[in-house]
Amino acid sequence: MTVLVGYIPDQYGEAALAAAIEEAERRGTDLLVLNASRGESLVDTRYLGESQLGDLERRLADSGVAHEVRQSVGTDAADQLVAAAQAADDPVIVIGMRHRSPVGKLIMGSTAQRILLDAPCWVIAVKP
Amino acid sequence: METLDLLAGGFADAFTPQLLLYAAIGVLLGTFVGVLPGIGPAMAVALLLPITYGLDVTEAMVIFAGIYYGGMYGGSTTSILLNTPGESASVMTAIEGNKMAKRGRAAQALATAAIGSFIAGTIGTLLVAFFTPALAAQAVKVGAPSFFAIMLLSLVLVTSVLGQSKIRGFAGLFMGLTIGLIGMDQSTAQARLTFGTLELADGVGIVIVAVGVFALGEAFWTAAHLRRNPVEVIPVGQPFMGRDDWRRSAGPWLRGTALGFPFGAVPAGGAETPTFLSYVTERKLAKRRGADDEFGQGAIEGVAGPEAANNASAAGMFVPLLALGLPVTATATILLAALTSYGIVPGPTLMDEQPDLVWTLLASLLIGNALLLVINLPLAPLWARLLRIPRPQLYAGILFFATLGAYSVAQDPFDLGLLLFFGGVGFAIRRFGIPVLPLILGVILGPLMEVKLREALDLSSGDVSGLFSESLAIVVYILIAVALVVPVALGQIRTPDDEKTEVAS
Repeated sequence: MTVLVGYIPDQYGEAALAAAIEEAERRGTDLLVLNASRGESLVDTRYLGESQLGDLERRLADSGVAHEVRQSVGTDAADQLVAAAQAADDPVIVIGMRHRSPVGKLIMGSTAQRILLDAPCWVIAVKP
Repeated sequence: METLDLLAGGFADAFTPQLLLYAAIGVLLGTFVGVLPGIGPAMAVALLLPITYGLDVTEAMVIFAGIYYGGMYGGSTTSILLNTPGESASVMTAIEGNKMAKRGRAAQALATAAIGSFIAGTIGTLLVAFFTPALAAQAVKVGAPSFFAIMLLSLVLVTSVLGQSKIRGFAGLFMGLTIGLIGMDQSTAQARLTFGTLELADGVGIVIVAVGVFALGEAFWTAAHLRRNPVEVIPVGQPFMGRDDWRRSAGPWLRGTALGFPFGAVPAGGAETPTFLSYVTERKLAKRRGADDEFGQGAIEGVAGPEAANNASAAGMFVPLLALGLPVTATATILLAALTSYGIVPGPTLMDEQPDLVWTLLASLLIGNALLLVINLPLAPLWARLLRIPRPQLYAGILFFATLGAYSVAQDPFDLGLLLFFGGVGFAIRRFGIPVLPLILGVILGPLMEVKLREALDLSSGDVSGLFSESLAIVVYILIAVALVVPVALGQIRTPDDEKTEVAS
């Protein structure tokens, strides 16, 4: 069993990460932290830089949960999570949810919605 | 004194709400394209060229000049915050600037770059105002043979000084000259390189070539390398400088200006050489003071000097452009094309025929420069956010404007095919590392050179000796020979030494 969490360095990602650590402890399983950028813009604040990766590793080590951090460039965050869930054995996904206006969804689409619809497993949606 | 009066007249003309608005639009747009790597002022001006046909020539030139100065300024922001120079002239700024930013001194680095740019730009523009009339007065006396020689010199210098590979430079130059040959021969009305098509008989519009090579070429290139690891941007607040920073920056600003202006005014490949020289000078001076340990870890002198040199050389470019009609940078080439499209003949007579245009333009440059400082210092954090624009959307917009602009020139679908072809050329030269400046310079200078060559040969009834009939021409030809031979000779002498040291080390 694996707990998968989509992490971005903001309040939604933090809420999801906290919930995912809790979930992994409760289930006694390992934790897979995923972070993705489509790599389309020169700067992507949702993609973890070196210093942020170091912080994340330290916090995960402190939590005592067996963990792995995986980054990918060029794929969508939703695709990355769903693909990882399909590859894992009996997974559960944890994501952070944000409020989006209907117009915002129309223009940008919703990563959370696509994960909820496409995931082959349970999805735990966390609000900060 | 007369120059000051004329400049004051220019200011009076430039201080209209409309021109101030155009100057503001120009500098904002220029900073926008300067901040984004891969998109420079040359591309922005080429894209805007067809759109500004509806405007008055002065208004258009004010916007373009604003874009040019703004682009120089915006490049430094990207260099400092990302270590990814927005344009080639900012490469030296990135060395110390990014180190400063990493040490938490991004605000000071941005401030010294901005204020240095302002000071160098202002001094440079004033120097343009003083030098151009004098140079133009001399240039009127220069005959066709000498003019041809000077153009040849600028082509040779740009091609051989710039970039690592001379072969690549000359490949670009000859491609440009070939494109310039397309169309009807002006004196015999023979069709050249038209492949029997009627559409090519008028030649290829410079707008089509520039937009194709700069905009489409860059868009194709980016599309081929779309997915890239995002880089980490250094967060920045309001730029400011402490008293110590002011004291340390003042000298480099002035030295950078002194180095940058003359290099900008001669055709030696724009701002790369003076920014490099300024960096080396500041480093040596710091060493003499025994304070060079900070160099390499973020010395403010290493940002202030090159940034001032960069902007001073940007200003210097206007001297040959306004006095001789001779462009020395890619942006200047497009500016020249813009002037020509308004039916204005750039050259020694420009000062006499269009004094209002020249002086209003120079006054607007000074105003635009001040606007850059006032607008951009507080906006620095906002400009850094521009880097988060996704490339697909950005380049889709560029392609849209490129196509629209190319079509609007003559409303001819054939032009769209040509645009696509030159887009392919633009992609190919990026793929094979051929510099773009010799190519675009060849396109615009080729036909001008041909006119002068024909003139010179007509005067001597076709005798080749007509090309050497003026003493100035002979001096210039000697300079060309020196420029071509000396680097090669130096390389021959130096190579054995280098090999020795390599073996020793």
